[in-house]
Amino acid sequence: MDIAFAIFADGIIYGAWLFLVAIGLTLVFGVMKILNVAHGALYAIGAYAAATLVNSSFFGQIEGMAVLIVMLAGAVIAALLLGPFLERVLLRLFYERDEIVLLLVTFGLSLILEDLIKLIWGVYSHYVPGPYALFGDVEIGPLFYVGYDFFIVGLAVVVGLGTYLVLNRTNVGKVVQSVIHDDEISRAMGINVARVYLGAFTFGVFLATLAGAFTAPMIAITPTIGVNAIILSFAVVVIGGLGSIQGAAIGALVVGLSRASAINLWPEAELFVIYAVMSLVLLVRPEGLFGQIQQRKI
Amino acid sequence: MLSLQRNVALGALALTIALAVLGAFVPEWILYTCALVLAKGLVVLGLCLLLRMNLVSFGQGLYYCAGAYICGLVSQMGISDAFFLTFLAALGSAVVGLILGLFLSGYRSVFFAMFNLALSMILYGVLLKSISLGGSDGVGVAAPTYLGYAPDGEMRLYVFFVFALAVAGASSVFAFLYTKSEMGLASASVKDCEIRLEYLGLSVRYLIIFNFVIASTLAGIGGALVAMVSGHIIPELAYWTTSGEFVFITVLSGPNGILSAFGATAVFETIRLVAGQNMPNSWQMLLGSFLLLSILFMPNGISGLFRRAKAPKPDAVGEGINND
Repeated sequence: MDIAFAIFADGIIYGAWLFLVAIGLTLVFGVMKILNVAHGALYAIGAYAAATLVNSSFFGQIEGMAVLIVMLAGAVIAALLLGPFLERVLLRLFYERDEIVLLLVTFGLSLILEDLIKLIWGVYSHYVPGPYALFGDVEIGPLFYVGYDFFIVGLAVVVGLGTYLVLNRTNVGKVVQSVIHDDEISRAMGINVARVYLGAFTFGVFLATLAGAFTAPMIAITPTIGVNAIILSFAVVVIGGLGSIQGAAIGALVVGLSRASAINLWPEAELFVIYAVMSLVLLVRPEGLFGQIQQRKI
Repeated sequence: MLSLQRNVALGALALTIALAVLGAFVPEWILYTCALVLAKGLVVLGLCLLLRMNLVSFGQGLYYCAGAYICGLVSQMGISDAFFLTFLAALGSAVVGLILGLFLSGYRSVFFAMFNLALSMILYGVLLKSISLGGSDGVGVAAPTYLGYAPDGEMRLYVFFVFALAVAGASSVFAFLYTKSEMGLASASVKDCEIRLEYLGLSVRYLIIFNFVIASTLAGIGGALVAMVSGHIIPELAYWTTSGEFVFITVLSGPNGILSAFGATAVFETIRLVAGQNMPNSWQMLLGSFLLLSILFMPNGISGLFRRAKAPKPDAVGEGINND
């Protein structure tokens, strides 16, 4: 019984974190049909940005919950600096190309960003341990959890619901949906598609840096965290269906629970299980659990 | 066709011999890098065949790693013949490629890339955690022998280089003739219009499987060569960044061209070697910028540079009839 509960709790916590990391990836793919390999590097940049602000002499004075605002500010600044620049200066050049070419472009971008991180922040680990203790420990039955983990669960729910509601219940969301459906018709209807792309990409970058910023207290921040995050995010969004927010949530839970089961019951299979589930989903439902069926190319 | 076969085979033989002679006069580290280039170039050659069909595999590390591990594990049993080990690795990865190709042939674009990635990560996950296969430490590979001949000292690397050169030369001749064959030409038109191929009586699925098996065989051979030259194999051979590296070189090479696959690998390894030593924290940035520029200005890679002058752009031909 304890094990079942531990698996459930670990799975939810890990799944929530995964969702936070992957939601930007699925959003950008949904709107722009770009599978952004650089998403992992952007996530890492978010973590570094938050660490830099929190550890700086000016913001270092701040204590208590206000630190979370400083971390959020780190994510926002990084996203505003990078998002519009990357979309307007780089990606715009490749919009007419194939989906797979855009994947390669973002792959090149991820290599550049990874070294940019090393040049700015060095190759040594950075730490922001403070915020991790903000919420104390939580005791559930015989098990102890760090309160911050549950904060991440809450944050994932807020971000997920917020993004879903904006997309489905607001005028901005309707405009974005129309661009997703058909960008040419949208353009003919007077929608500024370029602006939608700019907004969607910047918001996607923000979601990546946000995930990085709030993961920062939980880990040692090194230049390789992005590579590990992006590969997990791929699994999440492919399982859920590329471009679907609900799909990413389900995908994150599936990956989270599978990994938690493996760790508790069969630790050797930790990595294997995630990609086995991903392959199984691709095999049975290539479009993912919530994805839309694509027409065959003729 | 026959005279083409003869000319290509003779040309490749002459080039192989010339390079083998040249290899006798270069320092060991260059020889080692060249052997690596030949091994990785084979993987890239296979990916070029897939790129001709507009398929990009972000999991070619799987076959590369499978070939390397087959070679390594068999060599641990005391069998060290390079020919036999390479043959086994080719056979093993071809079988894996055939089985997985049956499933993968139904996928295109990012789904094809992601499915391959998932499969290679499964192998990575298994290898990393299986103690009997060396776990994260990997497996040592014994120095190869050649039909009973066991070179020692300085000769060891040179003989291996000649062996790798012969394998790469033979594979290149095969790949070149294949691209000029009916199957090869039909495969190249998969990316333009699949339905047209099917009403001409060709099975697109079969073509994809066929090319996929060739690509995985070449990757397996490349893996075996890397295992033998480096003497040590690790699960990272199947990690997605290894596959990403191959995709990178393939884009640089472009889909059409055999020598360009090796040329692009040589460029990549040189940049990595030179830039990696002089600016260890920014060589990836150099590579990344290089990739972006080559996608922007050389959509058909290095091979496209030599082709554009004599043939019309493939895009221009396809535009009017592509219904996509």
